[in-house]
Amino acid sequence: MRAATEDHPITKLALSTATVGLIVLFLVLPLITVFSNALAKGFGEAFAALRDPDALSAIELTVETALIVVPLNALFGICAAWAITKHQFPGKGVLVTLIDMPFSVSPVIAGLIFMLLFGMQGWLGPWLRDHDIKIVFALPGIVLATAFVSFPFVARELIPLMADQGSDEEQAAVSLGATGLQTFLRVTLPNIKWGLLYGVLLCNARAMGEFGAVSVVSGHIRGLTNTMPLQVEVLYNDYQFVGAFAVASVLAMLAIVTLIVKSFLEWRYADEIAAAHRH
Amino acid sequence: MTIATASASTWRERRVLPGFGLTLGFTTLYLSVIVLIPLAALMLRPWTLGWDGFWSTITAPRVLAALKFSFGAAAIAAAANSVFGFVVAWSLVRYRFPLKRFLDALVDLPFALPTAVAGIALCTLYAPNGWLGAPLMKVGLKVAYTPPGVVVALIFIGLPFVVRTLEPVISELGPEAEEASATLGATRMQTFFRVIFPALAPALITGTALAFARAVGEYGSVIFIAGNLPMVSEIAPLLIVIKLEQFNYAGAAAIGVVMLLASFAIIFALNAFQSFLASRR
Repeated sequence: MRAATEDHPITKLALSTATVGLIVLFLVLPLITVFSNALAKGFGEAFAALRDPDALSAIELTVETALIVVPLNALFGICAAWAITKHQFPGKGVLVTLIDMPFSVSPVIAGLIFMLLFGMQGWLGPWLRDHDIKIVFALPGIVLATAFVSFPFVARELIPLMADQGSDEEQAAVSLGATGLQTFLRVTLPNIKWGLLYGVLLCNARAMGEFGAVSVVSGHIRGLTNTMPLQVEVLYNDYQFVGAFAVASVLAMLAIVTLIVKSFLEWRYADEIAAAHRH
Repeated sequence: MTIATASASTWRERRVLPGFGLTLGFTTLYLSVIVLIPLAALMLRPWTLGWDGFWSTITAPRVLAALKFSFGAAAIAAAANSVFGFVVAWSLVRYRFPLKRFLDALVDLPFALPTAVAGIALCTLYAPNGWLGAPLMKVGLKVAYTPPGVVVALIFIGLPFVVRTLEPVISELGPEAEEASATLGATRMQTFFRVIFPALAPALITGTALAFARAVGEYGSVIFIAGNLPMVSEIAPLLIVIKLEQFNYAGAAAIGVVMLLASFAIIFALNAFQSFLASRR
């Protein structure tokens, strides 16, 4: 006889089948579509599409942007978590809410706000033009929009983690004469390294994959301001499906690697990443 | 005397860790540059049109249609996700079946997959000659380039919010309440609706609201499959892009402000709802 708290076998079968069906229909099929369309005309065509100069410059710009944005957001996350979890000050709750804000903003609005500041008709637009400084339709605008959308990832990972850990160890280090930097590097960092990696991983995935915000500020100048996701759009709208899906499959592989490392961290270092991710 | 001074100063050092000014300073500066000042620019811009200009921008038929469509499609997708997400989360936590760990990890795919990639994949899949589009066409359902296509994309993007909010709550749901309910003679169905479901409802509402908020502003995964027909399948974020391309910055900002206020209202209502629940416990 089955336990009173167990579902009927038919319920179990129906719901498990529905789950597998939903995941295959909504998640697995789109993923397979990406790779099968990239390889529709064979590996040769797909690799040739990736060696196209515009595709290469898109890859370069994406990596360059992530190399600027991810360390900045990681540094921000560490500073914010240190200030918030190791000290008491008024307005802490407001600060935490403000840090999370970019997640509730549409990506298009994330691009729009930088156009309103730096675009031709923006507040600083005429001044920037007179001084020959390019922000939107150039790397700085792409960096700003990307930094906005991937802003909270590291901070929201580290804040609960460091709050959980308390500050006894740091206080011991400081009372033994360690400087602030020594305390951070030798005491705090070893305790948070996996959580930091987790946050950086998600931040990087978003930074490399952002489409809406970057699309608004990039100006779509081929070979110059197109990141990989924008290159996917350009090729797709040109009916160059193999090229579009070839670039898309590089991004899809990045997503898969992200998911694998993420699952590994959740499984292996469950205690050393924020409580929210422990299943 | 000296001992007292020494212990007092040690106490002070023990309490205050260094680096407060530096870290809070950088936090505030970076937050202001990347988030606060740009958002302030958005909030202030539409008023260059005056109140009447703002009002006529957001009540123009095409803008109203786009706002209604964005919120409506997001609501339908969120409703679908509340059911799909519940089924997926319940099965993944409670049952055993092959490839469960792998499927569980895959649930996060919409978080990790760039939206443009999802967009072209869904569009190709549901296009009239696509793997799913072709059989659906045979039964008279056209998904790509129509409003239902937008809903499909928004279901894709919102599913993990519901699943990931529910999973920890389901696994923390101890067997005691269910056992008690069964011991007292309730059928499994009664136990589910009277014991399990009420315990999960807050998380289900939270996850659904998060999926809705994300869907309202979604752009990349939607624009390829939407068809983008004005008044029919044009989403509000796309209208912002169109207005920007026409150098109508104030008009774009007006739509942006409406969407931003709507998503803040959702988040605020959600926080109020959660603190209401917490206060009842």
